[in-house]
Amino acid sequence: MTAHALLQCGVYVVVLVALAVPLGGYCARVLGGEATLVQRLLGPLERGLYRAAGVRPDDEMDWRDYTGAVLWFNLFGLLVVYGLQRLQHLLPLNPQELGPVAPDLAFNTAVSFASNTNWQAYGGETTLSYLTQMVGLTTQNFVSAATGIAVLAALARAFSRRRAETIGNFWADLVRSTLYILLPLSLVLAVALAADGVVQTFAPAAEVELMRAATGPEGQVITQQTIPLGPGASQIAIKQLGTNGGGFYNINSAHPLENPTPLTNVLECLAILLIPAALCLSFGKIVADRRQGWAVLGAMFAIFLPLLGLCVWSEGQLAPQLVELGVDPSAGNLEGKEVRFGAAASALWATATTAASNGSVNAMHDSFNPLGGLVPMWLMQVGEVVFGGVGSGLYGMLVFAILAVFLAGLMVGRTPEYLGKKIEAFEVKMAALVILLPSAGVLVGTAIAVASEAGRAGISNPGIHGFSEVLYGFSSASNNNGSAFAGLGANSFFYNLALGLCMLIGRYGIIVPVLALAGALARKQTVPPGPGTMPTHTPLFVFLLAAIVVLVGALTFVPALALGPIVEHLQMTGAHP
Amino acid sequence: MHSPKHKPARGPIIRRAAIEAFTKLDPRRMVRNPVMFVVEVGSVLTTILAAQALVGEGEASFGFIAGVAVWLWFTVLFANFAEALAEGRGKAQAESLRKARQHVQARRLSERDRHARAEQVPAAQLRRGDLVLVIAGDTIPGDGDVVEGIASVDESAVTGESAPVIRESGGDRSAVTGGTRVLSDWIIVEIRSNPGETFLDRMIAMVEGAKRKKTPNEIALDILLAGLSLVFLLACATLYPFSLYALETRGQGAPVPITVLVALLVCLIPTTIGGLLSAIGIAGMDRLIRVNVIATSGRAVEAAGDVDVLLLDKTGTITIGNRQAVELLPAAGVKVEALAEAAQLASLADETPEGRSIVVLAKEKYGLRQRELANTEARFIAFTAHTRMSGVDLAGREIRKGAADAIGKHLKAKGGGLSPDIQALVQTIAKSGGTPLVVAEGSRALGVVHLKDIVKGGIRERFAEFRRIGIETIMITGDNPQTAGAIAAEAGVDSFQAEATPETKLALIRGKQAAGHLVAMTGDGTNDAPALAQADVAVAMNTGTQAAKEAGNMVDLDSDPTKLLDIVEIGKQMLMTRGALTTFSVANDVAKYFAIIPAAFAGTYPDLRALDLMRLHSPQSAVLAAVIFNAIIIILLVPIALRGVKVRPHPAAALLRRNLLVFGLGGLVAPFIGIKLIDLVITTIGVA
Repeated sequence: MTAHALLQCGVYVVVLVALAVPLGGYCARVLGGEATLVQRLLGPLERGLYRAAGVRPDDEMDWRDYTGAVLWFNLFGLLVVYGLQRLQHLLPLNPQELGPVAPDLAFNTAVSFASNTNWQAYGGETTLSYLTQMVGLTTQNFVSAATGIAVLAALARAFSRRRAETIGNFWADLVRSTLYILLPLSLVLAVALAADGVVQTFAPAAEVELMRAATGPEGQVITQQTIPLGPGASQIAIKQLGTNGGGFYNINSAHPLENPTPLTNVLECLAILLIPAALCLSFGKIVADRRQGWAVLGAMFAIFLPLLGLCVWSEGQLAPQLVELGVDPSAGNLEGKEVRFGAAASALWATATTAASNGSVNAMHDSFNPLGGLVPMWLMQVGEVVFGGVGSGLYGMLVFAILAVFLAGLMVGRTPEYLGKKIEAFEVKMAALVILLPSAGVLVGTAIAVASEAGRAGISNPGIHGFSEVLYGFSSASNNNGSAFAGLGANSFFYNLALGLCMLIGRYGIIVPVLALAGALARKQTVPPGPGTMPTHTPLFVFLLAAIVVLVGALTFVPALALGPIVEHLQMTGAHP
Repeated sequence: MHSPKHKPARGPIIRRAAIEAFTKLDPRRMVRNPVMFVVEVGSVLTTILAAQALVGEGEASFGFIAGVAVWLWFTVLFANFAEALAEGRGKAQAESLRKARQHVQARRLSERDRHARAEQVPAAQLRRGDLVLVIAGDTIPGDGDVVEGIASVDESAVTGESAPVIRESGGDRSAVTGGTRVLSDWIIVEIRSNPGETFLDRMIAMVEGAKRKKTPNEIALDILLAGLSLVFLLACATLYPFSLYALETRGQGAPVPITVLVALLVCLIPTTIGGLLSAIGIAGMDRLIRVNVIATSGRAVEAAGDVDVLLLDKTGTITIGNRQAVELLPAAGVKVEALAEAAQLASLADETPEGRSIVVLAKEKYGLRQRELANTEARFIAFTAHTRMSGVDLAGREIRKGAADAIGKHLKAKGGGLSPDIQALVQTIAKSGGTPLVVAEGSRALGVVHLKDIVKGGIRERFAEFRRIGIETIMITGDNPQTAGAIAAEAGVDSFQAEATPETKLALIRGKQAAGHLVAMTGDGTNDAPALAQADVAVAMNTGTQAAKEAGNMVDLDSDPTKLLDIVEIGKQMLMTRGALTTFSVANDVAKYFAIIPAAFAGTYPDLRALDLMRLHSPQSAVLAAVIFNAIIIILLVPIALRGVKVRPHPAAALLRRNLLVFGLGGLVAPFIGIKLIDLVITTIGVA
């Protein structure tokens, strides 16, 4: 790794933490219902929303009601997006007169955006009307992220309460997360991005003269290019902040108008991890022990940093086969990367976007070296708990913490407890479900895909790399990332359905047990800490937590990875043909 | 720890366990343990595959498949053997207990009178509330309370202690246990339990493990292990279609053999802890029985490990039972010999330990021989709650001893009073934590006897250990705060409750529980019953009343309140052993991947050999070595499972660091070495 790459990553991490500290405190205040400056400005809007919906924000819900509200709200959002796609030809704001989206693709897209996955099996400009994009997808970009924050808030509250039946009010959590966290941050980021050249306009597409005439597929001379414009910065901001990842342009943040400069690249890349990192610290504040928040954040960094190192190092290398062809190896592996960012910044983005369940890209992961491509894939497979989705990453990590406490906690000779809550059969059962379900989605989905005709039909690169593409796709969907390895022809009935199901399981198959866990934890008595309590804020526990995440992720996926990127890497570097 | 009192021979237990390892193969039994059930299914599957290879075209060589199958069967058998071994001890003890119960005839009385009409009935027909007469030589037919009479009872059948104990009506020494034998005199016992619910029945069920329910932590761990097994089942099962796809795109090699997949699955699922889990639980209960404590459930033992507050009765637990006279302090102008003589006379008829200690002190320190007063005209005044004095009227002398205020009142009535120097002595003794006893003759106080609580040797160090592992000790005593404070300081407890009543005890427990603590206590009297019922871990003394025994969730057969400390350790040890072996088991998997994955795909992807860090001889020897290691490690860990990992008095953070190093890192490294060694051995002797 070059000094330049090291500096880039170092500055990134320092700035990220420096921003996460104040934001974490702010989020904790918002979720605790405390008055903030923003609340004074938008308070009337919040209260108006409650009045319109007939919700009393102080009516606390038990976990069943809370889960019910989450599921109904998400089902409603899913149906709206589905309906908009199916009926877009009858609705306004469809200047290109696009027809209705096919049912399987509409299902896949609706699930994708409701579940904060933002897997895109469609091509944005050519499939969806403006109305569908704006009312359907953009709304979901906000509320799916807010759903994640709400579920996390419920779980954090459960830890801080004792012998309580209720875990908060979903509607209040949803509205406050959207109005006071996502909206203001998006506004600030959008302005910053637009100021540095990201497109933000209502003007129609621009026609420009080409600097050098090109030749079309049928031999005609082309001198003009149509450049699609639009209100980009505002959508890109929430795409990054809400760990959504669905790009304004089809090639996402590799597009020069979506991510024009190294500065916008840094801003967008910071936005990916900002809220997930900050929420760790909010958690510490909500449970009234800040050290716990730092410990969880520490465990995330403990996994993130070595993998970042591996990915940046790997992309700094050039395949020996290409070196033999006389390519200059000093710039690293630039295939599928934007030269204005270079290999290191692309690897940093790839690691961040898959650590968080964002999935936006500024380079093509498909063209990464095998080990460089393994990093994003495996980060998704560990369950999107290293930063992960907004809210969802942290609640996933807390489930791992429960597991770590249970595994090792017995060794101190006491019923394991986390933050004073005894971890017993029910909690372990829910934790096991949370870990089992997405893994099952990845492995079973991939197995069915490679064993079936319909599945194989979508594989463009035959052989090992084709297997990696399928594995990547199911890893991305089952863990609600949305990133794609490309190469996989995913808009087919089989993949739309299979990946759609995986996204549903990966999102709601986790939210329900997590909220059940919250209900059980809230009801429990809190054991006061003493010398006999296993501390969960020490470096040893941070190490243990990181080790458990890595171990579970490795043990589950090593066989599959061995048949994909690992053997690819060995073949690329080894003596065997 | 106490030395075991029943020690069955090892040989027969091992033989019986070896046989039971096979009978336990019954799938209806195995299915209760999901991890080992998976191994059994795998064993059957590979056995069938081996048979197929023998008679026709197999997926691999017969020798290889059969080798894997045999070692898979061993894995199951080893786990069963460990469980049977753990149960063995208990079974042997249960049998001797059963003998105590057989063919007992009872004399059922029609009313509570020794001479009432009695009918002979088998013990099994006795119901709650029946009255039975038990005379010398009889076996007591059931649990109950002595309602009349006094007798010496041999309780060795239950406690293993051969010295007889006295049981009498009234007070806290009234409970008798069915199966014990009356040695002298007679008693009338009111039966307190119906057939099948007696203490002996409970004890047999406990030691046999017949009624053993899984403890809460065990259930949680079971769920985790089942979850892990499912994850690994998915990882291994999906490898088959993956390998088919790889085969098709590569056009070389063969699909991964089912035998290898089964071997991989068995190696990955946590068989080490899955196979030893029940043995750990049974062995924990057995350790408890060995220190002569009977728990009503495994849940109670486990809760003992979680306890963070211990309520300890001062008397008997912290101090050696009773106060003893240590010094005689005469009033001004009184010779100490005169005081000693008066004190001795006043105590001659006082059979309390305090009284006896005064006599002994007078004899040993002041050279007064014990006098025989039977033929003199002595009239003994017994202690009453009303006068709170005792003493003797002898040849015109009127000697009294008692608490300062009681004697003061007595003297005032006689026209005297307590002199300032006596009052000063009383103050000094009370401040030092002792109990002052004023001795008076006529209207004059002669001096003060200093009664002192003797703190048990070594108890201070024990409490310090408990403090280090985060357990708070609270001393409970009826003494006044001053006395209590002094003893508490001497014994090194964290806090104390003076002037305790059953109500304050109950309130104390409830208060601690409301703050999230788990409380353990011991008790023997009927008035302890509410507090015992409220405590999370309640140890009743076997000498205690039936009410206390029913309220508690453990009974200490030795009636030694210090045992609570052992119980806590055993509870902790059970949890630690489970945690340690789970960590070890999961950490083991890493090495097994490095052994089996390259071997499984040696044909399709020879490049994966780069992952074979151990440089194993061949794909087949690699798989076999991993499977053999997986089986042998169970047997190697049986001693740890049965004995338990060592409990050290360290804080949780230090324990975690230590155990993670030993069982986590050790679990990571050990299989790399073990598998390599086994690979060397089997290739050298030419098995694979």
